Amino acid sequence: MKILVCISNVPDTTTKIKFTNNGTSFDKTDVQWIINPWDELALTRAMDIKDASGGAIESVTVINVGLADSEPTIRKALAIGADKGIRINAEPKDSYFVAAQLAEVLKKESFDIILCGIESSDFNSSCTGGMLSELLDVPSVSSVSFLNIENGQVKIKREIDGGNESVSTSVPFVGIVQKGIAIEPRIPSMRGIMSARTKPLQVFEPVQVDALVEYVNYELPQPKSACKKIEPENVKELVNLLHNEAKLI
Amino acid sequence: MENKKILKSGEFLVEETEAKNVFIPEEFNEEQKMIAQTCQDFLETEIYPKLDEIDTGKHEIMVAALKKAGELGLLGIAVPEEYNGFGQNFVTQMLAAETIGAGYSFSVAFMAHSGIGTLPIAYYGNDEQRKKYVSKLATGELIGAYCLTEPNAGSDANSGKTQAKLSEDGKHYIMNGQKMWITNAGFADLQTVFAKIDNDRCLSAFIVERNYPGVVINVDEKKMGIKGSSTAQIFYNDVKVPVENLVGARGEGFRVALTILHMGRIKLGANVLGAAKKAINDSVRYANERKQFGVLISTFGAIKHKLAEQVIKTFAIESAVYRVSSDIDDLIEQNKKSGMDKGRVSIEAISHYAVEAAILKVYSSEVLDFVVDEAVQIYGGMGYSAEMTVEKGYRDSRINRIFEGTNEINRLLVSDTAMKKAMKGEFDLFGIAEKLSANLSNIAEKKNSNENYYAEKKRYIRNFKKVALLAINAATKKFDKKLISEQEVLNNISDIMMEIYIGESTLLRVEKLETLKGNEGVKIYKDMLDVLVFDSAEKVRKSAVDAFSAIEDNVDKLINAVNDLTDVLSVNIKNARRRVADKLIEDNKYKF
Ligand SMILES: Cc1cc2nc3c(=O)[nH]c(=O)nc-3n(C[C@H](O)[C@H](O)[C@H](O)COP(=O)(O)OP(=O)(O)OC[C@H]3O[C@@H](n4cnc5c(N)ncnc54)[C@H](O)[C@@H]3O)c2cc1C
Repeated sequence: MKILVCISNVPDTTTKIKFTNNGTSFDKTDVQWIINPWDELALTRAMDIKDASGGAIESVTVINVGLADSEPTIRKALAIGADKGIRINAEPKDSYFVAAQLAEVLKKESFDIILCGIESSDFNSSCTGGMLSELLDVPSVSSVSFLNIENGQVKIKREIDGGNESVSTSVPFVGIVQKGIAIEPRIPSMRGIMSARTKPLQVFEPVQVDALVEYVNYELPQPKSACKKIEPENVKELVNLLHNEAKLI
Repeated sequence: MENKKILKSGEFLVEETEAKNVFIPEEFNEEQKMIAQTCQDFLETEIYPKLDEIDTGKHEIMVAALKKAGELGLLGIAVPEEYNGFGQNFVTQMLAAETIGAGYSFSVAFMAHSGIGTLPIAYYGNDEQRKKYVSKLATGELIGAYCLTEPNAGSDANSGKTQAKLSEDGKHYIMNGQKMWITNAGFADLQTVFAKIDNDRCLSAFIVERNYPGVVINVDEKKMGIKGSSTAQIFYNDVKVPVENLVGARGEGFRVALTILHMGRIKLGANVLGAAKKAINDSVRYANERKQFGVLISTFGAIKHKLAEQVIKTFAIESAVYRVSSDIDDLIEQNKKSGMDKGRVSIEAISHYAVEAAILKVYSSEVLDFVVDEAVQIYGGMGYSAEMTVEKGYRDSRINRIFEGTNEINRLLVSDTAMKKAMKGEFDLFGIAEKLSANLSNIAEKKNSNENYYAEKKRYIRNFKKVALLAINAATKKFDKKLISEQEVLNNISDIMMEIYIGESTLLRVEKLETLKGNEGVKIYKDMLDVLVFDSAEKVRKSAVDAFSAIEDNVDKLINAVNDLTDVLSVNIKNARRRVADKLIEDNKYKF
């Protein structure tokens, strides 16, 4: 079996977000880029499954839609342990654009398990995985919080309101993962970092796809007012503030 | 960086370096950044959640952390690939040391193991010793320690009493003696012990395994800081050390000890850099949260001043740390080409830069003490609470001025080593100094009408160098061979030299940065340089005036010359500092 993990290249989650061009584009100066946290956890789970599979999982590949400046992020995925990287050489425009580019490549390269994060921490549109499964005409399972291969069968748990749901599915399928899929992302080891240098990173040119959504304008949230700390003993003050200041009760 | 001249240690006093020939941290490659990120991720997942637990001093916690670092390969960064390491260049080793340097007690255990605990055998051991020990130290299967200091041999390290006598059958050295203040002693499997064979004048180095009969390890010392790192005395009672455990040649131990200390000093520079950035991050976060008089304390000028000073000093040591690291890499490459013994190319290159190593050790550890002290101050009463990491950082910082050679010893080494090297004919220092001293009246280079920003700053640095040369000339003329006992004057000269090296490194970095970030992007760095050089001029002047007053000859003329040489155009350093602080406050972390 072969696993593919779709990874998005996103600004570090502590980045101070700024916009330029009258609020129409994101200011990328001095931004540090990382693997989208959900994707990184999906990759971690993929690696765990591969390591425990005794060879049944042949390879883990990562794929990204992005320009050359997203290669450090792909190399990091290779350092974490992925065997191969693919980059589709295009600036991601919207979820449909990304899903369509991925689908185009996946029609040529076959994988059994295709994993996506449930959302990306920059645009949070939460639809690439679903669109991808549709375009590939394969099943998709969303909110995956547990994934394993047992006797060649895919076992999945999904988080649902108030509990878990166990499902199984045929391959190939698209798994859209939640944070619970792995506890902590794997830290790339020195050996991993060294070997990332020599692992294959294939580049595909994009196909002509029109984005369906256009970003018109961005606004930053109003700055939050300062957090008030109240001593645990001082319940009266808490009630008073909730009542009179926050007007919540 | 082709055609770059490799300078002798201390030669920066009489040579100019071009900006294009210095390496700056903005040039780290993708792989180096990834290694740093791995170190950072390691601290965040394995160390920061357990800081208090680590500081209880329970050995198993520190050992587990070291093993975990070993699994990630972090203990083998400097070790050659043949011995399970990753053979990284010196710049990368320093970047890793910097990142781990923010790890409080863990940082000390890590550095003692992977630096002074591993590298004596890696650099000086024979192939068998390397295979047997280094390949396991690199993975963390074994933990190492370095045993030089004794109760009566601290700064005077060669005066140790620990003895090794060849056994009658010639198979063992019988070791007797005592070591003190040994980092990692409580759990290290392996010790590099320095002892004298029979009545040798010089030390020899030995590998001693913890479980050899007769090795007795005391309980850990109770310490002011780095409480999670084990420090203990070790006794050797008729310990049979196999003859094949002698590292290097008989009598070569003192050289091993010294060269490893040069390495340790340079790496300490990187370590404290990481610790300083951590303290700055803690400082600015607090200043951006704490309100008094209805406003955030980060809006107060007095607090901005502190934040800016923390940043400027840290940026300056960072510039010097990576400048010398890359110079070492260049020399390693040259040594390789010269056909030098493969094991020694690195340590020879590192110890070549003895003057710069001492500068980094002294200057950086004093910067860190400043930075952590202001961190506590920015926290106010909260800074005095043991629950705050700035309190831990404050206590943990202090050791850096004591170990790897005290700052007194290293400060003396700065000027003394440079002069010794010049005396040996490695470069001309005294000739230039003498010539310069003959004509004091027009000594200062004056402003040139079409001088640009960098040319102006370079002129200042050249003038500061002249101050150092005047002082060297006057001191050697006056005291001659007795100069070594005029430590105060030597220290004045060292202080001037340190200002020069740190200032020049920062200047060259900013100049090179302009080629990367452009005119606009480099403005904030020019602010830092403005403040640094402005302050430096005053420090250089004061040190020189102190020296000349002690030398007494020709005082007035020399002091006049010094006043001319340290005359720098005034800039509004208050506003410059504010801009630096404002960027820090805006980013809410050190991001320069
Ligand atoms: C926590 C900790 C960890 C350590 N880890 C190790 C380790 O792993 N391995 C190891 O071998 N050692 C280790 N040391 C020992 C450390 O390197 C020594 O403490 C240090 O070299 C100073 O020696 P000393 O303590 O004997 O001080 P002393 O040499 O007695 O110095 C006392 C004072 O006199 C000054 N002084 C001494 N000689 C001169 C001189 N010629 N001119 C001017 N001033 C002078 C010193 O600077 C100092 O201020 C460690 C020490 C500590 C505290």
